[in-house]
Amino acid sequence: MASYNLDESYLYQAAGPFAITTQDLNVYYGNHQATFNANLKFPSNRITALIGASGSGKSTFLRSLNRLNDGIARVTGKIEYQGIDINQAAVNVYEVRRRIGMVFQHPNPFAKSIYENIAFPLKQLGMTSDLSNRVEESLRAAALWDEVHDKLQESALDLSGGQQQRLCIARAIAVKPEILLMDEPTSALDPISSRKIEATMQQLKKDYTIIIVTHNMQQAARSSDFTAFFHLGHVIEFNKTSHLFTTPRMPTTEDYISGHFG
Amino acid sequence: MATIFENRLEKLRQSFTEMGVDVSEQIYQSTKSYIDHDVKLAQTVIDGDSDVNSNETKLEKQAMNLIALQQPVASDFRIIISYLKAASDLERIGDNAGTIARETLRAKGNPRIADVETVIAKITKHVRKMLEQILDAYTTLDATIAPEIAQEDRKIDHYYQTTRTAITEGILANPETAVAASSYLMVIRLLERIGDHIVNLAEYLIYCETGKIVELDADDGHLD
Repeated sequence: MASYNLDESYLYQAAGPFAITTQDLNVYYGNHQATFNANLKFPSNRITALIGASGSGKSTFLRSLNRLNDGIARVTGKIEYQGIDINQAAVNVYEVRRRIGMVFQHPNPFAKSIYENIAFPLKQLGMTSDLSNRVEESLRAAALWDEVHDKLQESALDLSGGQQQRLCIARAIAVKPEILLMDEPTSALDPISSRKIEATMQQLKKDYTIIIVTHNMQQAARSSDFTAFFHLGHVIEFNKTSHLFTTPRMPTTEDYISGHFG
Repeated sequence: MATIFENRLEKLRQSFTEMGVDVSEQIYQSTKSYIDHDVKLAQTVIDGDSDVNSNETKLEKQAMNLIALQQPVASDFRIIISYLKAASDLERIGDNAGTIARETLRAKGNPRIADVETVIAKITKHVRKMLEQILDAYTTLDATIAPEIAQEDRKIDHYYQTTRTAITEGILANPETAVAASSYLMVIRLLERIGDHIVNLAEYLIYCETGKIVELDADDGHLD
């Protein structure tokens, strides 16, 4: 196997504005360092895909962005969001997660009705009026409304996997975040459902900045505007998706995306 | 909800249509300039050639990105390959239009052979019609017309051969027509080549519809 210089990288300078940026972000699980000095800027209203092999640090990096690694790992470096370094103990982590939502690999709806899945978090935030409108708006944005509008009181657990995942997207956007993090959101879904989620993402990027971790390189190529390639905890290349998948700048990227690794 | 693939394929389709309209106009104007001895119109065609070339480059980029990023399969894949190959032939047709326009400038002012010019006008009409028909077929990606196009091209090939003989006879009858005659030879050759490119376009339509790679002009396609 070819040896690669992990200190060399290519970071495309995308035009701003940026929804969130990291500076020298390092994540440690005990003595093990999972990411090394990640410096990434995520353009607003764009979809950025994070790709790389298992253990490359991409999911760890993603989870750091809304402080999901708190208590699990030590995170150093800056995560700048709206001019504030949110990687500080004093920052209200719940507020961070309201503004930077997360959709996980496996759909995890509450064991409640479809309606309550959206309304419940809103009620928790103290919202008492206009709930029905917000539920409809969120379900429409997640491209689920047409399929569920006549059964809102039925259990969310009766929905298909693809529908459940879109419900989780609807739940995440109901609280009006600015950034949506997605950790392999379609890996547990069939190709048709995956395509629906991808199409939904294209609609959502008009209002949100999306950062998606995916094992599926074709998905990254199909649906993202920018792609970051992680290898052994290092960001090797950040580039326009159209460039990264046709003329990558780094040999490591080329070998990974063309399957010449290992 | 249209997928990102569908949106981009639609843009590719639009680029191809625009390119087709441009090339069709180039052919119309270049042949008209030649038949009418219209130097001004010929210059317009020559100036427009770079637009066609840049359109082809744009379409190629769109098609390559679609293939690399969207991984199309089955009919989606065949549509993109057909547009990509067809764009290359369209660009060549545009090049030929440019050369015909340059012949208009070159032949201007020399003694002519009227009978030959009448036949060239006839071939021109034929070629224009074939091009219109095939571009129409591309708007719906319907290959039904493909065999008819190949049949029409055989007529062009026949005209080419008989006109070549007429041109030689014209020079023998009046050697002063030699400059014009060399131009006629060039132009009928170009028109014959355009016919071949149009047949290629028909072949890509068949590929697009059926996945079969065929040679419609296998019997008597390329002439010396």
